[in-house]
Amino acid sequence: MNVVIPEINWTAIGPELTLSITAMVLLLLSVVSKQTTRGVIPYLSLVGIGVALLLCFSLWGKPEYAFNRMVVNDNYSLFFKIIFLITTALTVLMSIRYLKEEGFDHGEYYVLVLFAAVGMMFMASAADLIIIFLGLETFSLSLYVLAGFFRTNPKSNEASLKYFLLGAFSTGFLLYGIALIYGATGTTNLKGIYEFVRKIPSLPDPLLLIGMGLLIVGFGFKVASVPFHMWTPDVYEGAPTSITAFMSVGPKAAGFAAFLRVFLYALSSLQTDWVWILWVLAVLTMTLGNIVAIAQKNIKRMLAYSSIAHAGYILVAMVAAGELGTASVLYYILAYAFMNLGAFGVIILYGRKGEENVNLSDYSGMASKYPLLAAVMAIFMFSLAGIPPTAGFVGKFYIFSAAVKAGYIGLAIIGVLNSALSVFFYLRVTVMMYMRNPEKELARLDPSPAMVIALIIAVFGTLQIGITPSHYLNLAKQSILALM
Amino acid sequence: MSQTDFPLLTWVTFFPLLGTVILLFLNKEKKETIRWVTLIVTLLEFAFSLPLFFQFRVDIPTMQFMEKAAWIPDYGMSYLLGIDGISLFLVLLTTFFTFVSVIACWKDIQEKVKEFMICLLFLETGMIGVFVALDLFLFYVFWEVMLIPMYFLIGIWGNPQRRIYAAVKFFIYTMVGSVLMLVAILVLYFHNAAATGTYTFDLLQLYKLQVPINVQFWLFLAFGLAFAIKVPMFPFHTWLPDAHTEAPTVGSVLLAAVLLKMGTYGFLRFSIPLFPNASYQLVPLVSILAIIGIIYGALVCLVQKDLKRLIAFSSVSHLGFVMLGLFALNLQGIEGGILQMLNHGFSTGALFLLVGMIYERRHTRMIEDFGGLWKQMPVFGAFFIVVTLSSIGLPGLNGFVGELLILIGTFKSTPVYAVIAATGIILAAAYMLWMYQRVMFGELTKAENKVLKDLSAREVLILSCVTLFIFWIGIYPQTFLSRIEPTVKGYLTQVNTKYQAGLKLQEGDKIRIAQVESKR
Repeated sequence: MNVVIPEINWTAIGPELTLSITAMVLLLLSVVSKQTTRGVIPYLSLVGIGVALLLCFSLWGKPEYAFNRMVVNDNYSLFFKIIFLITTALTVLMSIRYLKEEGFDHGEYYVLVLFAAVGMMFMASAADLIIIFLGLETFSLSLYVLAGFFRTNPKSNEASLKYFLLGAFSTGFLLYGIALIYGATGTTNLKGIYEFVRKIPSLPDPLLLIGMGLLIVGFGFKVASVPFHMWTPDVYEGAPTSITAFMSVGPKAAGFAAFLRVFLYALSSLQTDWVWILWVLAVLTMTLGNIVAIAQKNIKRMLAYSSIAHAGYILVAMVAAGELGTASVLYYILAYAFMNLGAFGVIILYGRKGEENVNLSDYSGMASKYPLLAAVMAIFMFSLAGIPPTAGFVGKFYIFSAAVKAGYIGLAIIGVLNSALSVFFYLRVTVMMYMRNPEKELARLDPSPAMVIALIIAVFGTLQIGITPSHYLNLAKQSILALM
Repeated sequence: MSQTDFPLLTWVTFFPLLGTVILLFLNKEKKETIRWVTLIVTLLEFAFSLPLFFQFRVDIPTMQFMEKAAWIPDYGMSYLLGIDGISLFLVLLTTFFTFVSVIACWKDIQEKVKEFMICLLFLETGMIGVFVALDLFLFYVFWEVMLIPMYFLIGIWGNPQRRIYAAVKFFIYTMVGSVLMLVAILVLYFHNAAATGTYTFDLLQLYKLQVPINVQFWLFLAFGLAFAIKVPMFPFHTWLPDAHTEAPTVGSVLLAAVLLKMGTYGFLRFSIPLFPNASYQLVPLVSILAIIGIIYGALVCLVQKDLKRLIAFSSVSHLGFVMLGLFALNLQGIEGGILQMLNHGFSTGALFLLVGMIYERRHTRMIEDFGGLWKQMPVFGAFFIVVTLSSIGLPGLNGFVGELLILIGTFKSTPVYAVIAATGIILAAAYMLWMYQRVMFGELTKAENKVLKDLSAREVLILSCVTLFIFWIGIYPQTFLSRIEPTVKGYLTQVNTKYQAGLKLQEGDKIRIAQVESKR
């Protein structure tokens, strides 16, 4: 038997390769090096991220395939990879001081974050269901560990276990869905599925439909859409805040990257079959996320429900589909990355060892002592609420315009009303910061330079994408050509 | 003087923002410096806005001082500014009242002065932006942005007991209305794209679009809800008394003088010309709600014990008049409506200033705590009576001209509305004069009131500025009307032409349907 080893196109996986190598080197380094020199690990990981980012930019506009067309490096995946790399970089910057304060300054943390990023990047560039699964497992396994990284903290342990059990469960669904689709179409390659589905008669195979439904369940877990959101608040609350920040953006974006490629490309001919499911999911996700967020007293839980609601908005754009809908998903995730990471950054900065300061009431009177930090938080809150001139507003604007364009006016109305509802709990943070008197003596804050840089990047991103969105929109539009 | 190429509107809109940047670098302990800098910025701002008045050309009914730049060209969003006779005076009113506000809060605001002034200047940019934006997307951005500083003004410097409730209520109420408007804007945008093939938010282009009548209804209602909440029209007025009562003096003044005008302005600028057929057909609905507002507002005023709440409800009543005038859809009605927007700004703004002045002295707004103030504060009393009479609509003062024009206009279109609305004027006289009598006349019974000081030079200065305009509009309204009239004439022609065209289109449809059915 002749075994043919397919030609490996190394450039197509350049960014992933860079991060993997960095992570492995750092893993060795953290074992070999002395305590004193371990401090360089986060900075070295930033170098790795920087190199990967440069590679991404250099590959822009030149689609490449690798591994027998199982991996594709097109603009669509590059757009997501850039988001993942920014997210990872901001997470690393926010973690340095935080881990030291909490006493968990181990090199493995950064290594696992980098491996998670590799998994997400593979998910974005997957051209085959198997690669989607591999990417998903790679980042999920890293995150299970990271969620429990504060191993002496029972809440962190609980978060890890919960995330692991439910995550494993959802992976099962996804894998079963992949198996059924393989059974119905005879291939796991997305292009192959696309070709197959396009030719079938109007009434598709029930096997295919069930497979499709199971895929929705699997992806629904990862992007935290209702009714697969149960894990979100507990995990977000218990995990180390820097990991919560990372989890609220990275896996969600990765989930949507694959979700979009499978549904808007491979299964696009079956749109009439899945669109109503997503319609219902979108409405449920937005409404439940926003309503329950109102009742939260813990800001991490509040942002967890808010992240559920944001997944709902993105689902609205998926329902709308088309060029505008797809581009608005990409744009929205970019905007969401900056504003959500920024908000978590403020939470990390505001807490300290033994006094996490994650209750809303801990924020009362913050503006009188830290006017700048309060202003920064207010910008993120207004952006999450979708008030101009911020990135969050323009993102929502595009999503709802896509919905209107596609004729889903009812969905757009439900969406904007939800957006008005969400104003209530985002405003409450500003009410606390600006309009209440401090309930206790506020301790002195000690921001590390890395954290300051991270927050500046987040604020700059939130405002710049909001005021001059034109350029980013064009990038998003260029990126989705691969799916059209 | 002629209009030059200088981007005057951009300058006027964003100059206050420049002021906030200067303020950011000042030490927040140097309160006096901060106040003076803000005063100079707002004075300069007012001076910069004056050329708009002097260079305004009455021979052009369309937009003037236009500026256009691409913003997000792929989606047809542009940076498009311009003013006409409708918005000219609203811009001037804004710059004038922000300047007055800075003097008015000199003693009132002692805490977080720097933040307060930054909010004030930020608000000014937002307010002017709403009046000059001619691109629907840009307009929406300004419309929302302006909420943030006002929310902070009420929530931070308001009355400690209920300020947060009032601030959040104000924000959410406005937000609910405006997000529905956003959907309507999008529907209009895609409708235009389908009809003409160009994607644009340019209002002047959208004016030309003929929207099918059944769609017009929905869009009119969505835009209308946003504006009706802002006006506020009955039954969407409940945020207003809370916001007015809890806001600091300056917040109430700007709310009354400028923010409430955005609702009526919105109807005039967007709802009526974009959806003329729906507007004509919904005249009864709007007029009846306006009349309910007039009478209901006035009746509620009669039982108010709190001065600020009383003035807040009188606003509901007065803006009912404005709405009635605008929806008379004829020259006198609309002219009167626009003039009455200014009048309400001056009169009610001045009333809030006056209440703020006695509140600063007595720390109460309850009518029963006063009485016989005339003996202690004759200068205050004199200004108060002028403003009260102007609010009632005494001939010779500003309120009379506006109300008269509105009633003439309404009488020409639907006499019965005018007759009912006129009773509102009688009620206004009753509640205002009764309020005045209880506060100023009678015996000085309360000990605290016996030591009250009369107005300081600063306060006299502010009130004189405002009273000047009250007399000016009352005695020689021609200065204002001559600039409003050409625009309104052109506006009505445009609206009527579009209305007729819409009717013909509908007739055509009916005939076509009948033909199809007869062939069967």
